[in-house]
Amino acid sequence: MNGHGAEVIDLDDARRRGGAATAGRPRCGAPTPDGRTCRNYAGASGACRVHELEPGESPDGGSPAAAGDAGAFRAAPLGDVDAAVAAALAFLRRRLTGDYDVDVYGFDRELTEQVVLPLARPLYRSYWRVRAVGLDHVPSEGGALLVANHAGTLPFDAVMTKVALHDDHPAHRHLRELAADLALRVPGIGPLARKTGSTLAHEEDARRLLAAGELVGVWPEGFKGIGKPYRDRYKLQRFGRGGFVEVALRSQVPIIPVAIIGAEEIYPMVANATFLARLLGLPYFPVTWQFPLLGPLGLLPLPSKWVIDFGQPIDTTSYGPEAADDPMLVFELTDRVRDTIQQMLYRNLMGRRSIFFS
Amino acid sequence: MGGAGQRVLITGIAGQLAGQLAARLEADDRVASIVGFDVREPSAELRRTEFVRADLRDPLVARTIASTAADTVVHLSLTAAPSSAGGRSRMKELNVIGTMQLLAAAQKSDRLRKLVVKSTTAVYGSSYADPALFREDVTPRAAPRSGYSKDAVEVEGYARAFGRRRRDVTLTILRFANFVGPTVDTPLTRYLSLPVVPTVLGHDPRLQLCHETDAVEVLYRATVGEHPGIYNVAGPGMVYLSQALRLAGRPAVPVPAPLASGLAGLLKRSGRVDFSGDQLQFLSFGRVGDIDRMRRAFGYEPRFSTRAALADFLSSRRIAPLFDRETAGRWERELYEAWTSSSLSSRTAQGPRPAATRVP
Repeated sequence: MNGHGAEVIDLDDARRRGGAATAGRPRCGAPTPDGRTCRNYAGASGACRVHELEPGESPDGGSPAAAGDAGAFRAAPLGDVDAAVAAALAFLRRRLTGDYDVDVYGFDRELTEQVVLPLARPLYRSYWRVRAVGLDHVPSEGGALLVANHAGTLPFDAVMTKVALHDDHPAHRHLRELAADLALRVPGIGPLARKTGSTLAHEEDARRLLAAGELVGVWPEGFKGIGKPYRDRYKLQRFGRGGFVEVALRSQVPIIPVAIIGAEEIYPMVANATFLARLLGLPYFPVTWQFPLLGPLGLLPLPSKWVIDFGQPIDTTSYGPEAADDPMLVFELTDRVRDTIQQMLYRNLMGRRSIFFS
Repeated sequence: MGGAGQRVLITGIAGQLAGQLAARLEADDRVASIVGFDVREPSAELRRTEFVRADLRDPLVARTIASTAADTVVHLSLTAAPSSAGGRSRMKELNVIGTMQLLAAAQKSDRLRKLVVKSTTAVYGSSYADPALFREDVTPRAAPRSGYSKDAVEVEGYARAFGRRRRDVTLTILRFANFVGPTVDTPLTRYLSLPVVPTVLGHDPRLQLCHETDAVEVLYRATVGEHPGIYNVAGPGMVYLSQALRLAGRPAVPVPAPLASGLAGLLKRSGRVDFSGDQLQFLSFGRVGDIDRMRRAFGYEPRFSTRAALADFLSSRRIAPLFDRETAGRWERELYEAWTSSSLSSRTAQGPRPAATRVP
């Protein structure tokens, strides 16, 4: 069925893509608190997402916190500390008295925007220095199904994709991830996943979310992907049973292939302690270079340099919703999505100089 | 219907919902007669309703169905609390065997045209592996194996079998979410009224509630109208248990799951809350039903969303929060004033500035 293994990867294309993505876009240029100019890409307003909310000058006093939390207190019209304090107090009051709204899947927008995303942002900006490419392929409104590679022992790739779409996409969209049932069972993790917008990887939830015009993210490799050994990095595993293609066809939304570079190196997994995994009821128990050798310190992921590449959307409307009942077509489309992501991974890997630097 | 208007028979008339439904039917001229069964005296003040003190397992039931020429049976006597029924085995007896007897008697009646059965969304069980919203026709991953939810599954099974045997009878099964409201008393309302609320550590169930007003309205519409099928009935939206407790101003005490069933046993013995094993699963994962089918078929939009229903329950029960809204608002203002008068504030540094983002 697939002869694409022999396809030649165009290296020049990879360079062009990388170059085009950086060269064409203007930088923000606003002064940062530490005296340098901001090198973030500028949005529509001519400033980046951190600086566009501030009225001209950079904030005073305890500004690093305020600048870092620009997303957190976006509601504040004045970029000053008082407004931030007022907003923080109002936030605390609402949380303590239960005065906030949650959707039926359990997505707690306020908690996500004001607590979880600000916590993930330093990882995104400073630690893994994520570069999001091709965000213009993600529609500003309406449903779309994002399909990405999965790796890294812990689903940081999903979290970073979420930050990318919320912070760097012009429409600041929330990604609704489809999670494995086992992840939703884990105490602590399950409720947190739901509160940040995840729901069960089930056809019904996916279709309902897509019909509501949400951006849905799926990692079809599942546990086979996230728990894959280091030597298999960037080799896509089987893409489930193609359920995601059926969902996209039935919902008539585009499939956006996403390649995540860097996540596969954060926890280089050398072995899987199957015995421990079975004992703890986990799908895998990772033994990495750092963990459990270095103890808790081994839990620190490696600071690889990340690229999240959003690819050209694959249209499903030309097939029509009935195509979901044609298993052959579903298989073919599944393979096509998988190959596209694999090619995108190779292309980006060719273009990078090292794991830790771009 | 039988010429002179509808003749309704209600089981479990002593219950709050049944009492309100009967009152609602009494006000309707199209309803010719109402007969209520129960082992207890009805708590509602009813004028037209004839009360028959009988257990559903009593042969009197069959005779009354025949003698009153009832064309509609509304079966509401399903009970959720073992303590009020007098033990779990008796509760099962009343719920399941009672239903069997009632349906056996009803099958003999030629006049019968409509059967309305109260069920619960508990028939979906509660699991991490089910979609976020239960539709009426899904097969749940974790079908309930014990307690009230198991009873409900069996009752529904008998009702459906009855529906197959008597195709001329309109069968409506209403699966209600957990009831709240000023008058209903359920294990959940008691649980939320505890001074300190034990929760399952690391879990935060999604709760869906049904206000009693909406429940009575839907029951009424099912009784006088024609709505064959199974419907989830609840307020739109959901609340997390953690959010519900914050709205109630109750402190939560997370208990590790292995200890939770022991604690549930203790609470049960103290007579405060009647929580059985199947409800611990519910307190871990919760459940939310999809109410679209009810909306479409009944053309009814619930008056109370889940959150509004909870708020109404809390205010009507005067559940005094340990930490109410006013206190929280006052603390917020005081803290903000303390901040603006401190040296760190940008206001003191640059002279007074109008506070831009004041919150009420």
